[in-house]
Amino acid sequence: MVKEEKALILRNLKVQYSDGLESLRGINLEVIKNNITVFFGPAGGGKSTLLRTLNRLIDLDDISQLEGEILFHDKNLLDPDIDVVKLRRQIGIVFSRPIPLPLSIYQNISYGLEMSGEKDKIKIKNEVEQALRKAYLWEEVFDRLDDPANTLSGGQQQRLCLARTLALKPEIIMLDEPTSALDPVSTAKIESFLLEAKKEYTVILVPHNISQAARMADYAAFILQGELIEYGTGTEIFTRPKDKRTQDYVEGRFG
Amino acid sequence: MNANKKHTSIQKQRTQKMGFGLVWLIAFLTVLPIVSMIGYIVIKGSGTMSWEFLSQPPSHGMREGGIYPAIVGTLLLTLGTAIFSVPLGLAAGIYISEYAKDNLWTRLIRIAIISLAGVPSVVYGLFGLGLFVLFLKFGTSILSASLTLSIMTLPVIISTTEEALRSVPARFRIVSRSLGATQWQTIQRIVLPQALPGIITGIILGLERAAGETAPILFTGAAFFLPNLPKSIFDATMALPYHIFVISTQVPGMPIQIQYGTVLVLLIFVLSMNLIATLIRANARKKRQW
Repeated sequence: MVKEEKALILRNLKVQYSDGLESLRGINLEVIKNNITVFFGPAGGGKSTLLRTLNRLIDLDDISQLEGEILFHDKNLLDPDIDVVKLRRQIGIVFSRPIPLPLSIYQNISYGLEMSGEKDKIKIKNEVEQALRKAYLWEEVFDRLDDPANTLSGGQQQRLCLARTLALKPEIIMLDEPTSALDPVSTAKIESFLLEAKKEYTVILVPHNISQAARMADYAAFILQGELIEYGTGTEIFTRPKDKRTQDYVEGRFG
Repeated sequence: MNANKKHTSIQKQRTQKMGFGLVWLIAFLTVLPIVSMIGYIVIKGSGTMSWEFLSQPPSHGMREGGIYPAIVGTLLLTLGTAIFSVPLGLAAGIYISEYAKDNLWTRLIRIAIISLAGVPSVVYGLFGLGLFVLFLKFGTSILSASLTLSIMTLPVIISTTEEALRSVPARFRIVSRSLGATQWQTIQRIVLPQALPGIITGIILGLERAAGETAPILFTGAAFFLPNLPKSIFDATMALPYHIFVISTQVPGMPIQIQYGTVLVLLIFVLSMNLIATLIRANARKKRQW
């Protein structure tokens, strides 16, 4: 196997909310480029917090502690002088519920580009089309791009959210239970997209159940109550986990 | 057993009917005074309505002629109030809703705004007299009156702006920021457009109150009688609410139709602003995506 490039290196990452709720307690792991890395574990364990930390959306929250390092292109992205606006374009996120902005289908995709200062209308138009094609949505919406985005079905809305993130040409795509509000067909579409997408992007996925985790994971991290219990390749974690707790969770004995 | 059950169900229905009836009656009693008051004014005042009444200045010691200068004056004062209070109120509302942290300072500002809304209007008038007319030497003028009305209108605009912004779901802000938009871009492109109908409604309701007030302009800019329209913002002006006060208390032998006519004009002015606000809100609710 070729030498694996690291997209992200987390060193002793500690996060604590001011209200003492969810927290991360010293996470160490390396996210490998052009693979799907899965963060899984019981609800409330800190997976979403971890994603929100990776693109500094956590800045919008009330945080009492933020320690450790996250290296991204040899720079600690937790540094105060990091350009978070740029960072959020490089590390995109798709949330568990589809949240289209209260704009048209077209504007939902062009929004990020325009906010980044892109003025060239023709270029934006091309990027919008490309992004919609990548998310397998173009065929369904090309004749009604000016309709409000909330006229789409739930599955379409989620692919719109995906397209919106892709339009920014991110290096890493994070998805926080992206299929939890979707039917099986829409779920399959998202999953097949992700398997295809890892050639181009690094994917971080919080799956919405164990079987999705096992299905998708190149690498998997089991996170329990803010701690990283075990991290390894998907095969290792889901067929012969080393830790008893991982084994119990994977086999459905708790959680 | 069965008959008994049937009996109680009929009884329940009867109680329910009585309940509905009572609620309907109370609602009717609430609306009745407003409707009858407006109806009375319309009946008494509509006879006075004519192009002359609207386009001519008062004559013969105000006992004849029209109310043109008062109408123009009220329009000018409302416009002047809007010029000062809208940008200031908007900025303050945006600051409090989007930027201010929840600390002692913010809480003090909030308390100040609430207190400001509770100050009697005559106090604003005296404050305006002290600050704008005398201290800043703007004199009894449109400028002084507009500024005074602006201060009175500000709390309404600030709190409705804040409320309208807050009602925009937080998830839109998070998504916008996650797409690399700055906070200001997010406010400008997502939050403000969504909150705009609520904000406009608040602005109109605030201005409507300003348009109908007498006490704040009494010492700051309203004139008893002026044969000509004001020429600059440093001139005093006639205004509908003050004119109504004057012709109903200060002029002996005032024909009653002119009084009712003037009240009707003010009422139409204020109610049509109210109607516009309602239409904007209803229209926005239909279009809203959340």
